Amino acid sequence: MPSLGADMEAGTLAEWRVRPGDGVKRGDIVAVVDTEKAAIEVEIFEDGIVQAILVREGEKVPVGTVLAMIRNEGQPEQPIPPQEVKAEKVAPSAPRPTAAARVPQAPMAALRGLRVSPLARRRAEELGVQLTAVTGTGEGGAITKEDVDRAAATAARPVQAAPPAEERQAGLRRVIAAAMARSKREIPHYYLGTDIDMSQAMAWLAAENLKRPVTERLLYSALLLRTVALAAREVQEMNGFWVDGSFKPGPAIHVGVAISLRQGGLVAPAIHDVDKKSLDELMRDMLDLVKRARAGVLRSSELSDPTITVTSLGEQGVQTVFGVIYPPQVALVGFGRITERPWAAAGVVGARPVISASLSADHRVSDGHRGGLFLAAIGRLLQEPEKL
Amino acid sequence: MTAEQIRETVLRVLGSVAPEAELQSIDPRLSLRDQLDIDSVDFLNFVIGIHAELGIDIPEVDLPKLATLESCVSYLLSKSEVERVKR
Repeated sequence: MPSLGADMEAGTLAEWRVRPGDGVKRGDIVAVVDTEKAAIEVEIFEDGIVQAILVREGEKVPVGTVLAMIRNEGQPEQPIPPQEVKAEKVAPSAPRPTAAARVPQAPMAALRGLRVSPLARRRAEELGVQLTAVTGTGEGGAITKEDVDRAAATAARPVQAAPPAEERQAGLRRVIAAAMARSKREIPHYYLGTDIDMSQAMAWLAAENLKRPVTERLLYSALLLRTVALAAREVQEMNGFWVDGSFKPGPAIHVGVAISLRQGGLVAPAIHDVDKKSLDELMRDMLDLVKRARAGVLRSSELSDPTITVTSLGEQGVQTVFGVIYPPQVALVGFGRITERPWAAAGVVGARPVISASLSADHRVSDGHRGGLFLAAIGRLLQEPEKL
Repeated sequence: MTAEQIRETVLRVLGSVAPEAELQSIDPRLSLRDQLDIDSVDFLNFVIGIHAELGIDIPEVDLPKLATLESCVSYLLSKSEVERVKR
């Protein structure tokens, strides 16, 4: 049972997604665990074959309990050692639940939307109540058993149920509300902004796109994502999380891409390892991610692990973005619209395409000086697009 | 390929790029991007989808011709004629 938060002592195994004998690959979702706060999908972080399942569905066990045994392919079945030993071997207890099963962190729980107590979840199942339609009155908007009972009583009357799209909408709104309120309550933001000359980048892009079939076109957003990732490699305090009173650097550079949904709301799923990908790979990932976000089929790992977020509201015409950091991340980069503006260089004023870049950063982690270096790195990298 | 078949294909691809859009209410003479609020990534997905469905190459310079539903259909129709004659 992995630790899904500092305050978690135990969790209920809600559902197994694998059976003994199944092959599993790193990243597969093997189980759903219910905590007091939310249902969370547990991903496996090793390849192998499920040898035995040790905790039944519905069972509540303390953090550190071994949930299942995995063996490597080709390896003979292992005797099941006593629980204490297994706990060490298969699933180290908190706060290092990395060996067999690691679990998405807070933002995913938030984006999955609902805080539901296990009791309320069971009650909802008994009564056939859609949890997304229930208004939570518990701590932090958590849905309690009483809320479910109330919703069931309301639904029993001949009231037309809200269509699923509206339910999803309401759930998403609550999630955004909770995350943004937490951000503004807890994170001492500081804001910096700078204008970046985009003439090199745009000229390079135009020339490059002339050589390419339309299906392999590059968009300038790919350049922006890549420069943010490379700048985050230089100024590492922008990339990671504020957890339990200290900064934890991100294990890699996973850039969250803010995608506004036309029906309302937004999601910010991650493109993984942006600093290690080519522009072509980034384009493919971005096209795929946006398409899936529109269709509502994002993966848990994408929602759980952005280490920094980029928002480009420029397409809607705004010049500058003053962003709100997505907790527990520590920085958000905003890009406005590219417009032609007067630009003085080498004693001459000319018209150039210019973009305003902004940084919202967590003052508990970094200071304005480092933030300034980070923004300057973005501006510098965009002057040499052929090297991106 | 008829204009009607192309129109259906265009609408189907738009539906996959913007699943929540109300395609029936599109005004064929107004900009698709404005009406459906699609951004540059969605638009590129649309172009790639059209290419995959119809097998028509769309050079960069022709992208403005895909701006409205009407212009899309007439552009793709003429392109598919050219491709047919070539074969």
